[in-house]
Amino acid sequence: MEEKKDLKKEYELSVCLQCGKCVAGCPVSSKSKLNTRKLMRETLLHDVSKYIEEKSEIWECTSCNTCAERCPRGLEPSKLIRALRGYMIEEGHIAKSVIDALESAYKYGNPFNMPKQKRADWTEGMPVKKASESETLYYVGCVPSYDNRVKNVAKSLTGCLTKSGTDFGILGTEEVCCGSEIRRLGEEGLFEELSEGLKSALKENNIKRIITTSPHCYNAFKNEYNLEGVEVFHYTQIIAKAIKEEKLKITKEMKKRITYHDPCFLGKQNKIFDEPREIIKSIPGIDFVEFDRSREKSLCCEGGGGRMWIETESTTRLSETRVKDAVSMGAEIIAVSCPFCMLTLEDAVKTADLEGKIQVKDISEILIESL
Amino acid sequence: MSEKSLEDIIPEVLVIGGGIAGMQAALEVAEKGFKTYLVEKTPSVGGRMAQLDKTFPTLDCAACTITPRMVETGNHPNIELLTYSEIKSIEKDGTNFKAVIKKNPRYVDVKKCAGCGACAEACVLKGKIPNEFDESKGKRSAAYVPFPQAVPLKYTIDPQRCLTVTKGKCGKSPKCKEACKAGAIDFGQKEEMLEVKVGAVIVATGYDLFDAKQKPELGYGKYDNVITGLEFERLVSSSGPTKGDILINGKKPKSVVFVQCVGSRDHTVNNEYCSRVCCMYTAKQAHLVRDKIPDAKVTICYIDIRAFGKGFEEFYERVQKEGVVYRRGLPSEIYKKDDKVVVKAEDTLAGEIYEEEADLVVLATGIMPRKDSKALSEMLGLEHTPDKFYAEKDPQDIINTNVDGVYLAGCCQGPKDIPDAVAQASGAAALAAKRIAKKK
Ligand SMILES: Cc1cc2nc3c(=O)[nH]c(=O)nc-3n(C[C@H](O)[C@H](O)[C@H](O)COP(=O)(O)OP(=O)(O)OC[C@H]3O[C@@H](n4cnc5c(N)ncnc54)[C@H](O)[C@@H]3O)c2cc1C
Ligand code: SF4
Ligand code: SF4
Repeated sequence: MEEKKDLKKEYELSVCLQCGKCVAGCPVSSKSKLNTRKLMRETLLHDVSKYIEEKSEIWECTSCNTCAERCPRGLEPSKLIRALRGYMIEEGHIAKSVIDALESAYKYGNPFNMPKQKRADWTEGMPVKKASESETLYYVGCVPSYDNRVKNVAKSLTGCLTKSGTDFGILGTEEVCCGSEIRRLGEEGLFEELSEGLKSALKENNIKRIITTSPHCYNAFKNEYNLEGVEVFHYTQIIAKAIKEEKLKITKEMKKRITYHDPCFLGKQNKIFDEPREIIKSIPGIDFVEFDRSREKSLCCEGGGGRMWIETESTTRLSETRVKDAVSMGAEIIAVSCPFCMLTLEDAVKTADLEGKIQVKDISEILIESL
Repeated sequence: MSEKSLEDIIPEVLVIGGGIAGMQAALEVAEKGFKTYLVEKTPSVGGRMAQLDKTFPTLDCAACTITPRMVETGNHPNIELLTYSEIKSIEKDGTNFKAVIKKNPRYVDVKKCAGCGACAEACVLKGKIPNEFDESKGKRSAAYVPFPQAVPLKYTIDPQRCLTVTKGKCGKSPKCKEACKAGAIDFGQKEEMLEVKVGAVIVATGYDLFDAKQKPELGYGKYDNVITGLEFERLVSSSGPTKGDILINGKKPKSVVFVQCVGSRDHTVNNEYCSRVCCMYTAKQAHLVRDKIPDAKVTICYIDIRAFGKGFEEFYERVQKEGVVYRRGLPSEIYKKDDKVVVKAEDTLAGEIYEEEADLVVLATGIMPRKDSKALSEMLGLEHTPDKFYAEKDPQDIINTNVDGVYLAGCCQGPKDIPDAVAQASGAAALAAKRIAKKK
């Protein structure tokens, strides 16, 4: 088969040392059949596409990219997984929930089956400029636009940005999914389509700068869109800078013990570790504590890689491990900077019966209380 | 630029670097009857080998092998040993080389110093300064010798730490000065420049180790029980800070994990090459753990075992027979669990992911080109290979360089063990001697 040859070359499978460092770093490998090392080997030796339906474990990948970050040969097993998912989609070995998400992204520009015209509902009572009125775009993203809990993050962030004197606009109901998750589900074609659409919107509105809520969108724009003449920022970078330049005045103290959970797409993948911490530490009264597994070896919350739409066998969820660790450190709040982390960790607080003991808050939500 | 005539060649040699390779080269040239300058940056000759406990695969005591060499180097009538000295400038001058050597002030008159150590005893900073020789695991004074067998056995006052040097004042008067019966302490010393002309240069500047902090997932620098291979050498050495007892936070480790290839064969840190010695030094260290703590569980995580030297494969088998468990597969993460650390890896032969709780983790950090190696190559016009070590003339000839009259010896040319470093040094000495002997 033609495609098999491509996989070997494309992902340099013959160079794999079989050292297993990818597997040992993979957050799901110890509780799932997913084994990137074996996948690299099998795909080198055999035509995996012929028995792709037996590889359902590849849907457990969270796309955290730890495997690729750690690989001593600089290989990218996570990308091989994406390609194999693509085969599965082509052959129809795919869960109904995934089909729904993909179809929805195609039809409505979001993977949640939500109507386009509701995308900017979160701005109610909060006037925000249109994208055409500013060179800076605040790209909100799908989860903060539609999820009832995470809408508050978009609001808080809008508040923080406004108070810092940052001029920005939004695409409103014209905004569509950046395609990051779609691509990780294996739908390369749909990713291209979504990205082309957004790219022309950026051009039309003469956008020079993008600020994102989500590290996933940030990563897509920064590393996968090939944007020219457009600077891309995660919001924590903008806010940290505004605090440093004293454009944001922090007036209230907060007497809380807080820890911070590094999102894989911001930390591991883009090495943004310090800015989120700088923001939290700039608030007086906060007792900041670190997870042992933080920064480069932060534990993945399992929110990415399309896992939102994939049922996995119920084993210990890492998000539960995470909130339990936070409670044992005496933290009252886990600060997050990613909509997916917010959802998985909040859910884990409930399933681990820790409600009332610990809260999950976005950094923007914590900050706005102190302004 | 091949040289046609060596008519005016000066029959003297400059050796840069006083590790095992540099000493070997200097002694060989000197034995052939030529005057040799040996320039060593630190206060003593010896280099990395002096820091080692035993050497693979024979488990010879490193100090017993190297100390006589160091003494011989210090005493040889044809060797002018310039320790605590640096090359300020060096350039080709016809077929010869003109070099300016900077002798840093020790603030101790070496002619008077008897090496008694009264100054170090009296120093107000005694026990406060991390000792580089012990990989900062032990402590020293501002007046110090790096280790008891140092050659020359003359004290040095650390200009970065000494209060008299840095602040201009140490109490009423410096305690070292009061303590020295020989009157050797001299804070008025200035650096001295020595100009030399030689017919050949042997570069033997050795190596640096990979900084394990560049792999934060392994927890080095964060957890006390994660150490490097060289730190382990000091820990297990009877001249080290624990007098040879393997102790971590005061306790003997019962479970020890060794991790190979840290910073070697690793694209993520731009080191694609194999460091060549870590497989064997890890086997040696695993043996030493079993030897000193017989009930300790010892695991070695590796990718491939490279036991290519004489007696190496046999040694590898011996260590396996002693009960050391080799598990193929590299750990991806090390994290904390109470006062232990957890090493997470896949045993790729068993296809099994495991979490090993360890009291001690030893990272086999790789051999790197020295950070300051460019300074010398720029002055001499030496080339580097893509791995950033000094370049040999061609892969078939690892001693000659692109500059006629400059020869390489030891790890500055690429990672290698002591026998290979010594062999290369003898070769460099032979070629240098051949060149300067042409005059006759
Ligand atoms: C943990 C560990 C264990 C090991 N165990 C073994 C073993 O058991 N058996 C074995 O065979 N090998 C072993 N090795 C390898 C061994 O250390 C090397 O082969 C050997 O030290 C190489 O000697 P060298 O002279 O080339 O370099 P070095 O020992 O690095 O000596 C270089 C010298 O040059 C000096 N210098 C550097 N730059 C300058 C300059 N610009 N001017 C003046 N002086 C300068 C340095 O101060 C140093 O004294 C081990 C290595 C490690 C890291
Ligand atoms: S870490 Fe890289 S080289 Fe090692 S097994 Fe995984 S893909 Fe192969
Ligand atoms: S991207 Fe993350 S979850 Fe997916 S295989 Fe790699 S390490 Fe595992």
